[in-house]
Amino acid sequence: MLETLLGPWPWYVAGPLIGLVVPLFLLLGGRAFGVSSNLRHMCAAAPTPRRWKPEFLRYDWKSSGIWNLTFVLGVALGGFLALTLIGIPDAGQSVSEATRADLRALGIQDFSGLLPDDLFSWGALLSPASLILIVGGGFLVGFGARYAGGCTSGHAISGISNLQLPSLVAVLGFFAGGLLVTFGLLPLILS
Amino acid sequence: MKTTTQEAPTPTGAEAGQVPANRPLFLLAYLLIGAYLGLIFVQSEVVSWFRIQEMFRFQSFHMYGIIGSAVLVGVVSVQIIKRLNPRTLTGERVQLSPKEWGDSRIPAARYWIGGTLFGMGWALLGACPGPIFALLGSGITVMVVALVAALAGTWAYAALRPYLPH
Repeated sequence: MLETLLGPWPWYVAGPLIGLVVPLFLLLGGRAFGVSSNLRHMCAAAPTPRRWKPEFLRYDWKSSGIWNLTFVLGVALGGFLALTLIGIPDAGQSVSEATRADLRALGIQDFSGLLPDDLFSWGALLSPASLILIVGGGFLVGFGARYAGGCTSGHAISGISNLQLPSLVAVLGFFAGGLLVTFGLLPLILS
Repeated sequence: MKTTTQEAPTPTGAEAGQVPANRPLFLLAYLLIGAYLGLIFVQSEVVSWFRIQEMFRFQSFHMYGIIGSAVLVGVVSVQIIKRLNPRTLTGERVQLSPKEWGDSRIPAARYWIGGTLFGMGWALLGACPGPIFALLGSGITVMVVALVAALAGTWAYAALRPYLPH
């Protein structure tokens, strides 16, 4: 329907539009923009007996979290609108040729869409590499975000926007971990 | 210093509806902001594993430009909001609780250890929490496995929290 809007949108359009969410959150409800607290709210909402829950998950998730859970429901809705109204951009084709060459050397063959189907699909899920990437990666994202007290949105965007030094330390950690995986572990996992 | 006050459970005993941000009209606003963001996430390709690899390999300015310009807009708007100290649409004052350094003998332990673990996950999965939801909506249903794994990671942190340096 709106195919002319198909990405990749340039960084100088997307970045400022994303940054606007910071003041929108502050002016709307007075609370900072941060996605990963929702993982905690979801755990707190799990229908398990209370005694099974660690202390950290025993709180009134409805009053502290419903607005934020509604927000991430909206993020998923945005993904759906992107798919149905505009279409999915071919990120594998728009990344730099150097990246494609590096990934090809690691055995990636599918460069269509947002993710390589060789690794991120139901059919590939049971291969060891996919399990490490999807399950291992997902676990570390959940564990690390809560341990650090925030993720890319809470620390890199909201935290640094508020000039918080702890957030800068966390973001340096994000990069240290990312480089460790990209140059250290990934070649081993995909070999 | 206290460890993690900013994550302490907020209002105890209050009904969800009594928190102004949880009133229906506000929920609609949050839903719309989320949809706006999810759509930008997909069309700017920040939800793409390829783009995250490109970023960690320093092979394009794209992701740095996006994060950098988002932070620039954020810094300027937070400074303006702090000066003006306006009431929010819910009638409250803006809460910008700074992150605390923590009280562990290892300086800033939670930020660099937690941050490094998160960064490892980000590079493996190619998605941080926001993009997980956007990818799910855009039809990458296998991301539900990543979401469950992220919830398991959150739960594991909750269980181990008393034993970890903060």
